[in-house]
Amino acid sequence: MLKNFLQMRLKGLVVLAVIVLLLPLFFNNPFHYDLATQIAIFAATVVGLNLLVGFAGQISLGHAGFFGVGAYFSAVMTGTYGWTPLPTMLVAAVVVALLAWLVGRPILKLKGHYLSMATLAMGFIIAIIINNEGWLTGGPDGMPVAPFSIFGWELSSFNQYSLFGIEFGGDVAWYFFAGFLLLVAVWIAENIIDSPIGRALRSVHGSEIAARVVGVDTSYYKSLVFVVSAVYASLMGSIYAHFSGFITPHLASFEQSIVLITMVVLGGMASTFGVILGAVVLKLLPQVLADFQELEMMMFGLILMLTMIFMPKGLFPTLQNKLAERKRKKSEEQA
Amino acid sequence: MFAEFIQYLFTGITIGATYALIALGFTLIYNSSHVINFAQGEFLMIGGMATVSFVGMGLPMPVSIVLAVLLAGVIGICLQRFAIAPAKKADVVTLIIITIGASIFIRGVAQLVWGKQYHVMQNFSTDEPILVLGAVLNSQSFWVVGIGAILVVALVLFFSRTMTGKAILATSMNKDAARLVGIRTQMVLMLAFMLSALLGSIAGIIVAPITFTSYDIGIMLGLKGFVAAALGGLGSGVGAIVGGLMLGIVEAMTAGYISSDYKDAVAFSMILIVLFFMPRGLFGSRVVERV
Amino acid sequence: MSKKILRRAGFLAATLAASIFTGAQAAEPIKIGSFLSVTGPASFLGDPELKTLELYVERINAAGGVIGRPLELVHYDDAGDASAARNFASRLVRSDRVDIIVGGSTTGATMAAVPLIEQARMPFISLAGAVVITDPVKKWVFKTPQSDRAAAERVLQDMKSRGITKVGLISGTGGFGRSGREQTLAMVGKMGMEVVADVTYSPSDTDMTAQLTRIRNTPGVEAVFNFGFGQSPAIVTRNYAQLGIDLPFYQSHGVASDRFLDLLGDAGEGLRLPASPLLVPDSLPNSDPQKAVVTSYKKLYEERWNMQVSTFGGYAHDGLMLAVEAIEKAGSTDREAVRKALESIQGYVGVTGVFNMSSTDHNGLSADSFRILEVKNGKWKLIN
Repeated sequence: MLKNFLQMRLKGLVVLAVIVLLLPLFFNNPFHYDLATQIAIFAATVVGLNLLVGFAGQISLGHAGFFGVGAYFSAVMTGTYGWTPLPTMLVAAVVVALLAWLVGRPILKLKGHYLSMATLAMGFIIAIIINNEGWLTGGPDGMPVAPFSIFGWELSSFNQYSLFGIEFGGDVAWYFFAGFLLLVAVWIAENIIDSPIGRALRSVHGSEIAARVVGVDTSYYKSLVFVVSAVYASLMGSIYAHFSGFITPHLASFEQSIVLITMVVLGGMASTFGVILGAVVLKLLPQVLADFQELEMMMFGLILMLTMIFMPKGLFPTLQNKLAERKRKKSEEQA
Repeated sequence: MFAEFIQYLFTGITIGATYALIALGFTLIYNSSHVINFAQGEFLMIGGMATVSFVGMGLPMPVSIVLAVLLAGVIGICLQRFAIAPAKKADVVTLIIITIGASIFIRGVAQLVWGKQYHVMQNFSTDEPILVLGAVLNSQSFWVVGIGAILVVALVLFFSRTMTGKAILATSMNKDAARLVGIRTQMVLMLAFMLSALLGSIAGIIVAPITFTSYDIGIMLGLKGFVAAALGGLGSGVGAIVGGLMLGIVEAMTAGYISSDYKDAVAFSMILIVLFFMPRGLFGSRVVERV
Repeated sequence: MSKKILRRAGFLAATLAASIFTGAQAAEPIKIGSFLSVTGPASFLGDPELKTLELYVERINAAGGVIGRPLELVHYDDAGDASAARNFASRLVRSDRVDIIVGGSTTGATMAAVPLIEQARMPFISLAGAVVITDPVKKWVFKTPQSDRAAAERVLQDMKSRGITKVGLISGTGGFGRSGREQTLAMVGKMGMEVVADVTYSPSDTDMTAQLTRIRNTPGVEAVFNFGFGQSPAIVTRNYAQLGIDLPFYQSHGVASDRFLDLLGDAGEGLRLPASPLLVPDSLPNSDPQKAVVTSYKKLYEERWNMQVSTFGGYAHDGLMLAVEAIEKAGSTDREAVRKALESIQGYVGVTGVFNMSSTDHNGLSADSFRILEVKNGKWKLIN
């Protein structure tokens, strides 16, 4: 049983790796790489958020705040104070982890909508600070960010690189880098899910009181997963800042938090591959709908609403169920 | 000095009364169906924009208002019937996302029908400001506070004196039991959404002469309403009113005495502090959690 | 969708017409890329801008296009979100491979796209206001609206000419208001004036009475200046009138439209602001070089769209026309040639002002291009 499960998990990771590797066959121009890179970054963010929402069952309406802190910490420290990107990113993650722990302990004692309310308030306060402290953050008009570099090797989507005699553009390099990060993010998340922590979390989701009765320190585990998901957001925020080259407070806004949680729910809560699908859909939709001009907003709302009404479990689990059912029917017919 | 204080106080009460009405709308829906309706702000927008557009067609103001409120009511019913009811087995977050989708959809349609511009609505009575204790008040403020108070009294009477009101209360307490005693819960839910839409649209109309109105006015006001409802304690009527007024007054006082830069931050910090000490808001009931 | 098809059809017809008239064989269209905030909180900027671009691309194509090639407008709506603006700029540069970009309704959207556009070496004419866009000068970035620094300077000049030195400043916390506030604070010192009260409001505020009360109760204030856009300045103006504040009141160019007057009712009497002459074409003397351009733009826009012109559409008019001028001058769409041509444009008469570009000035407008208008009997009146 356990062996089976492990195999399945590994299979998922391999499938994802193959998809990341083969996807460029369908890319016609650098813009496709550009978009795919962003999808990977946001997908990795929501893989982390999913640990909190999907597995621990806690709704955060302020996660873009953590994303924003990561992005701005990296931008300010590398830009204004000349730090190197990679260590800055890790320091940002530590800062966000502390922040999430401090805020998380009292917040996570709250139940249901009060928890969402508290995370919403926290996200708003972060966004307001970023917006107001213009001397540091450039204010509402945003600030430029230096390109990413690893051990002195600069990664910019406009440079040209060559590796083993193959010439390729920076956008291609960014894509594979982001794809690699996504795979790591998924691998870590899957490991957490299968660890004792993951089991404790699922028990919290099922019934918190029951979990407490059997001796699970629910508050501790909830704070822990809150911190983990915040660190995911912070790291990806830093990466996004370096990738896009310019950031505005919108990244930390309430709307952005809603976008993140929508990716989780639309794709399929508690399904790592589901939330990745959610990120893909939500990042592609605006590009697809752009041709509809004035109808765009209406259609986006309608699609969101209909999907959730008819697939309340999310896209991925629903499709999975459909497939499984078809398989079962087929085998029944054969039998 | 005193005049200044009175000025801020009245400013806060006016906007706070609006927040309170929106918060009451949240509370109504939350109580009957445990849904946080993020499309609540759109009812305000519909109220304001439809009134302006009916007036623009040449209808008299009172007729326009009635039509706009009815329109909002119908949309409230549709929201429940076509978006919430079909997904009744869905998770809480899923329902939240559905209402967010609905609000984007409604806004998208409004933008097509009514355009993207801001619109003016005339004051209900005189445009002349009124002087009270050295503070200058917009006459519309009295309408906002007055109509708000009337609506609250009407709601109290409705829930305590009418059969329908009691049926809604019963459903909110225990849906299965309510069904057993013969209450048609689906009807009741639709009714709750309609009432909430009526409240929202009236709030949108009475506040429109102060704030102007546009297709996207509902986003921020709706959010503030949710904040007020959570502050007071979700599900509590008194909480919604107190939460709304408190939020409005704190905002005005901060803008007046400290700085408007951090006005919203002060409001949100207040919520965090309240929730730290009173995890169910100011007036939230202690419900026993079902295991 | 059908609109797009129509546009495509119109474009085909234009291509056909162009090839018949010029005898050119299959003239390849010149692609004008654009990302604007057509929806969202800045839609009052993006909406007239898009309408203007559509109107003039149609007209230019009907007249045979530019250097014998028709124009094709490739447009996306960023809804006021800077990240979306960056993505659409990326799409324009990398996927649509446009020849020049005219767009960016807000400073945030513009600045988010700038690193990408600079790297891609794409001529870009921004329609946003803040001074940071062209100061310091970026090689590939130009802009058509006067900077907020010029607006602050013009307003303070006018105050000074009325003998006012102590200013009460109120501004929005959005990008426009923030940048405007900074420029005003930087400018007062140079002019020997002083800001004695400095308050702000958030763009979602619905009542600014508290902030205005604070200004009113500050001793020594001689005039009030509001820097903001959207509906907020209209609320500020109304609250100002209700509070019965008797001091001269100034707004920024961010609200320079006839629509703003409609929102005010009679609360706006006596209010002054800096604006392009677009709002008062009839009061311009015949000798004014801008009179013909402004009158023609206003007439065409109002006929085509059946709605009032706003200053913001004028930015798009000038942006497109500067692009066309530069392409004609360069004789091709070679990016470096177009960029050089843009930089060398002198004395170009637009709706917003007379442009004199140079390698050190990618805006090309002086503070004088702003006219001071006053609201009199519910109408704009030219003061100077």
